[in-house]
Amino acid sequence: MKIKLPKWFYQLASPRWFYDITSKLSPWFAAVAFILMLVGAVWGLAFAPADYQQGNSFRIIYIHVPTAILAQSCYMLMAIAGAIGLIWKIKVAHMIAKSCAPIGASMALLALITGAIWGKPTWGAWWVWDARLTSMLVLFFLYIGVIALTSAFEHIASGDKAAAVLSLVGLVNIPIIKYSVEWWNTLHQGATFKMTEKPAMPADMWIPLLIMIIGFYCFFAVMLMSRTRTEVLRRESKTDWVKSLVERY
Amino acid sequence: MGHFASFADFLQMGKHGLYVWLSYGITLLIIIYNILSVSWDRRQFFKAAKRRLKRERNQA
Repeated sequence: MKIKLPKWFYQLASPRWFYDITSKLSPWFAAVAFILMLVGAVWGLAFAPADYQQGNSFRIIYIHVPTAILAQSCYMLMAIAGAIGLIWKIKVAHMIAKSCAPIGASMALLALITGAIWGKPTWGAWWVWDARLTSMLVLFFLYIGVIALTSAFEHIASGDKAAAVLSLVGLVNIPIIKYSVEWWNTLHQGATFKMTEKPAMPADMWIPLLIMIIGFYCFFAVMLMSRTRTEVLRRESKTDWVKSLVERY
Repeated sequence: MGHFASFADFLQMGKHGLYVWLSYGITLLIIIYNILSVSWDRRQFFKAAKRRLKRERNQA
């Protein structure tokens, strides 16, 4: 398979170019992430109205939903990056995929933990073996599998390939998570944001949620860039430009 | 302050203070862990690489 790709795609494929561009970008993302997450958390915790049924426990939504969305987006990014690495043999793509896994795992874990804590006062149970919760747990284990597989091989390239294949196979789980609340009877509520409808909650509730989601995405971007940068250094440690960086450190 | 009548009310969150603050606390911890592990990783790379570079120089 040969497809002509735009120039920036190949530039991005250069580890050094990636390292340089992300060193300029990541402070901006970090600043935006910090501001948005702070504003979103204060708004969500102290200013949004309480839910008429769930009371104040509903404020957990401001971390539960962003982490759950991010855990899934991160997974898709990891699988796509892995596929790009497999098809076009682009090293940076594999490094990005590798860096996605621990961040995604911590987001999936957070979604599960906050969900359990929210479930207790709302459903009366920390955990139920329901389709949404189970598929989310599977997502977490997929991340753990990818992390383990990446480092299970002596040759970096073999670990990259195995991890990419596993993440591509695990992609089936993503639509299952998304539609689990529609396909099966579930305790879990439906999506807060839909493309076709206005949110069923007042603006004072959903605006901070949107702010938190964007904030978490920016945080994810910073973490992904930083992790990948260290990975670039590690894998390019024999090159002159990394050696001169090491000397100046 | 905002939705709550007093700071004590804010901390109490009706009957859900424990659940809400536990969720936010754990989230904060995991966020901080993510940030720290990135900088540990980076520092570790530079330390190891510096040692390796020195060894190479000495052998040459």
